[in-house]
Amino acid sequence: MDFIPNTDSGRREMLEDIGVNSLEELFSDIPDNLKVERGLVGEEAETELELKESVKEIADRNEKPGDRVNLIGAGLYDHFIPSVVSHVTGRSEFYSAYTPYQAEISQGTLTWMFEFQTEIAELTGMDIANSSIYDGGSAAAEAVLMAQEYLGKDKVIVSETLNPRYKEVIKTYLPLEEKQVIELGTRDGRVDRIQLDNILSSEDSIAGLVLQSPNYLGIVEDLEGLKEVLDDSFLIVSSNPISLGLLEPPGSFGADIVVGEGQPLGNPINFGGPLLGLFATRKDYLRYLPGRVSGKTVDRDGNEGYVMALQTREQHIKRERATSNICTNQALNALAATVYLATLGPSGLKSLAKINWDKSHYLADKLTDLEGIELSWNQPFFNEFAIEVPGDPCEIWEKMKENGIDLLHPDKLEESGWEDRLLVAVTEKIKKDEMDHFVRLMRNEVE
Amino acid sequence: MTTIFDKSEEGKKGTTFKEESLSELTPEEGLDDGLLRSDELELPEVSKPELIRHYTELSKKNYGVDDGLYPLGSCTMKHNPKSMEDMAKDSRFQNHHPLASEDLVQGNLELMYELGEMLKSISGMAGITLQPAAGAHGELTGMLMIRKYHDDNGELDRRREILLPDSSHGTNPASAAVAGFNAVEVKSNEEGTVDLEQLKSAVGESTAGIMLTVPNTLGIFETDIVEIAKIVHDAGGLCYFDGANLNAFLGRVRPGDIGMDITHFNLHKTFSTPHGGGGPGAGPVAVKQKLVSYLPVPTVEKSEDGYEFDYDKSRSIGKVNSFSGPYGVMVKAYSYIKALGDEGLREVSGNAVLNANYLKEKLKDTYEVAYQGLCKHEFVLSGSGVGEGVKTVDIAKRLLDYGYHPPTVYFPLIVKEALMVEPTETETREALDEFAEAMNSIAEEASENPDLLHESPKTTPVGRLDETKAAREPVLRWRKEGKK
Repeated sequence: MDFIPNTDSGRREMLEDIGVNSLEELFSDIPDNLKVERGLVGEEAETELELKESVKEIADRNEKPGDRVNLIGAGLYDHFIPSVVSHVTGRSEFYSAYTPYQAEISQGTLTWMFEFQTEIAELTGMDIANSSIYDGGSAAAEAVLMAQEYLGKDKVIVSETLNPRYKEVIKTYLPLEEKQVIELGTRDGRVDRIQLDNILSSEDSIAGLVLQSPNYLGIVEDLEGLKEVLDDSFLIVSSNPISLGLLEPPGSFGADIVVGEGQPLGNPINFGGPLLGLFATRKDYLRYLPGRVSGKTVDRDGNEGYVMALQTREQHIKRERATSNICTNQALNALAATVYLATLGPSGLKSLAKINWDKSHYLADKLTDLEGIELSWNQPFFNEFAIEVPGDPCEIWEKMKENGIDLLHPDKLEESGWEDRLLVAVTEKIKKDEMDHFVRLMRNEVE
Repeated sequence: MTTIFDKSEEGKKGTTFKEESLSELTPEEGLDDGLLRSDELELPEVSKPELIRHYTELSKKNYGVDDGLYPLGSCTMKHNPKSMEDMAKDSRFQNHHPLASEDLVQGNLELMYELGEMLKSISGMAGITLQPAAGAHGELTGMLMIRKYHDDNGELDRRREILLPDSSHGTNPASAAVAGFNAVEVKSNEEGTVDLEQLKSAVGESTAGIMLTVPNTLGIFETDIVEIAKIVHDAGGLCYFDGANLNAFLGRVRPGDIGMDITHFNLHKTFSTPHGGGGPGAGPVAVKQKLVSYLPVPTVEKSEDGYEFDYDKSRSIGKVNSFSGPYGVMVKAYSYIKALGDEGLREVSGNAVLNANYLKEKLKDTYEVAYQGLCKHEFVLSGSGVGEGVKTVDIAKRLLDYGYHPPTVYFPLIVKEALMVEPTETETREALDEFAEAMNSIAEEASENPDLLHESPKTTPVGRLDETKAAREPVLRWRKEGKK
């Protein structure tokens, strides 16, 4: 076995030192009738060469992504990742380390965590951020739990245009019958403010409102005045971090918690994971924050250093009274985001956000020039937009797929009642000629 | 410690993008005043060489399993095979969208399905979800299934208690609480195993289930596990098996065969995927037939037409992950199991247990061992009694000066001044000997010169850090000088 250094003779000597005769004897405390003797996976070990070949064969049964144009977003976006990112995350001092419990030999991890917290707090316009939650959905769910706990209120209003998968995760996390999810509809593709007013005046015990901007349809929500109508109830906003290079951050509108999917920050889509849940909030709520945070302190000689701060909130100390059950988080993905934001810097991120805006608006313009295609809602959007198409959108989807262009299947918009539309996402990786090719194919379909 | 922000200088940058202005509409025109970002973003401004130097410097202030022995109990810090890191980076794995048309990603779905089948077989279970992102996430998933199960049987109103041995991992009671249960502690007996009489008096009409860690946190196999399962089942509860310690009996004992209804795996422990300095992990959850319809959706299934996501689970608790789970981690775990094969799985547990017992043998004369008999993959020592005024934390910090990552300290709580040691199967006998020598020297130092321990570490980038200050005056982000 390539990963086990013990030899037969070494094992014999070790067993002798222990005072037993065989490896099996080390398991003599387990009753025989509880043991399995047969092989469990029915496989012979594969050598590294064999394994690489067999795994490559599996990879070959996927379409080659580079041969296709991906216009699917829906919460995960295919952005360019500079090489420095994987070179840093590929250092095994980072990736083969455990959680930084022993601070003195974990200053590398604790320092970048501190940098990450700063970057995310800056980006979202909030005071503080933690060092990650599993993904955008679980971050939204943790935000709801935190609002409920802080305010002692049990209901939560969830916008129709929050990513439907996040909504499902929130509902899974809130199974208590007394905790209620109230759905808030949309008006012209944005949160319906009149309905919100009605809910707020007719319901009590509202812990918060969860909405997304840019929302699931790509539209930038107008957050102005929302906190004022919510009053004490939490304003919880889920944001695409790349969009914040261009858009006023939720913190400026009085958001209490900002969450989001951090994958676009230097992490590949990876068929859905590992992802990166972002979580930022105000310092007043510090003691209610879920997850790990790195904090600055000093050693005995007064040298600056970092430790895992406020561990008394966490499960390994507080057990059932912890602010969350989270332990393992998405550290390496957060490191990727830290490096990514540092290499882009403020001007790079702004530039990138502008390019995403520019390309998606170019494509939207060209598509809506076609007969019968129009934007579903005439609202500002960032890098994703919904269009109405003449005829059956599923047929168009199929036709595009045959031609190497991947779109979100209209069925995936079904539960919100938007299945007669197509949702299109554009990042800086989509070239102009690819967009023009897509427009030509669409022309053939609709004209 | 200097941060990347301290190295920032206006005007520098590491990555340039070319803006093209293809669209006629600029963001300034297209966004109302209030929507356009108005402040100057305070992100680092550094060139690429400075960036690489900074993070290389930081990496040198870290200690990973590639640097040396990492005997962190209950964390299974074993070698992370490089081949698996490489295979997971294949662009055909990394660049697909989970919402892409399923016929374009048959390879990904096949790998997920096959991994699920292997894990089911390894655990003796009937169904599996690969969605949970970590062990604690798996625990929560399991708790939510237990909850829905009792709800469907009309018994949730009274079944609100989850029984937990006092030696359980901290995530267990926290996960039970997040799912809305009350955690009820069951005292362990002197061997750290579940006290059957205690258990019998604790179970009843209000029992929703039990969460067990096997081997327990003293590294001892729960010999009465079948009896425990029977007591809980007879009371109408379900049995959750915390799979964090699977490395102890991989290929030898299956939770499903010994009365357990639900178990999670830590792919980042048993199946060798790296811990990443805290994550990402993966915590798949496998269940018995009666709970298959409660699994989160989608699961991956095989049909005549190939592999597909299946959303059809009548009693599903819903989704616990935004998409279909940490696929990148799954590729590594799948490859690891393939590299081991049937024999390799047993060799892992055999050598993990051998190494633990061997190391225990080398340390038992200097340190008090919490339990004298054979251990499984880990064992617990006590740091008390090695020297006047010397605490476990002093031993741990002195180990840093010897160039080691210390064992898990102060856990389990049932052992005074605990040091929980898990060497794993990927260490050599020589490495274990050297570590034992270091531990034994420290014990000598503790009696001869305890101050040496109190003052350690001396050789690390920083000395012992003030955690109280970090809690009382929390500084959790960098600020520009003069800025509030």
